[in-house]
Amino acid sequence: MRATVLVRPKEGILDPQGEAVGSSLRQLGFAVADARVGRVVDVEVEATDPQAARAEVERMCQQLLANPLIESYEIELAE
Amino acid sequence: MTAPGPRIAVVVFPGSNDDRDAVLALGALGAEAAPVWHAEKELPDVGGVVLPGGFSYGDYLRAGALARFSPLMRAVEEFAADGGPVLGICNGFQILCEAGLLPGALLPNVSLRFVCRDAPLRVEQADTLFTARCSVGQRLVIPIKHGEGCWYADEARPARLEARNQIVLRYDGGNPNGATAGVAGIVNEEGNVLGLMPHPEHAVDPLLGSGDGALILAALVDAARNRLSVAAAV
Repeated sequence: MRATVLVRPKEGILDPQGEAVGSSLRQLGFAVADARVGRVVDVEVEATDPQAARAEVERMCQQLLANPLIESYEIELAE
Repeated sequence: MTAPGPRIAVVVFPGSNDDRDAVLALGALGAEAAPVWHAEKELPDVGGVVLPGGFSYGDYLRAGALARFSPLMRAVEEFAADGGPVLGICNGFQILCEAGLLPGALLPNVSLRFVCRDAPLRVEQADTLFTARCSVGQRLVIPIKHGEGCWYADEARPARLEARNQIVLRYDGGNPNGATAGVAGIVNEEGNVLGLMPHPEHAVDPLLGSGDGALILAALVDAARNRLSVAAAV
């Protein structure tokens, strides 16, 4: 089962990478008020039951994929 | 004949690059420093541990995030829990934060630029294992070289650390990376684990710009010697 994890800098955490991207977009003429840069992790989990897969990926996020102090995460399960 | 110096382990991760400098600097200050590969399960009989600078695991995911799960880190955590002195320099500081041995996290520099220069620091606490050779208010010049050195903690944390005298070093005259409260180095609550972004191992010889880093490393050598002599007396 395939899971996609979206990791983002938490709200309120300064994201210099996002700021640099935002300012480049503005230089290109886009009306961008704010940009934030996160990270996508695709994992192939060996589980048949979506609930079990989600629980497993949740544990991956807590232990390694995200640092809860500075990052938030979302898990999407594909069929 | 002089007695052999206290043994200190310098942990080498894939991607560490200041390990040899740390071994050389500690050796010059009288320690018997030896590199220990991260995949080892046990620490040799040492009086202190250094997690050196560099880019362990290529800084993949987050700086320090993967190194904290290296097999040897379990032994380092046990050594720290037993009161052993542990010094994390730059990437080592990042690893200590990721491992939860020190509070906070290190974010990309606010400027988004890699900074590489001498940094003036102010000693905020002189009664730690690592600053025992310094005095409060003393100005040290020690080089920094990092892209992710902006120490961050939740809002209440810096005041709590301050109250417990855990903020040991601050940047003096300009904050090079945007660190909260100008923090350059902190200790854990017990005082035996120090993490700092500046590189004392690059500042042990005035001929190369500054000898101020030797004050911190020599204090670690003292602490390692004390720990081993206490253990030998038991």
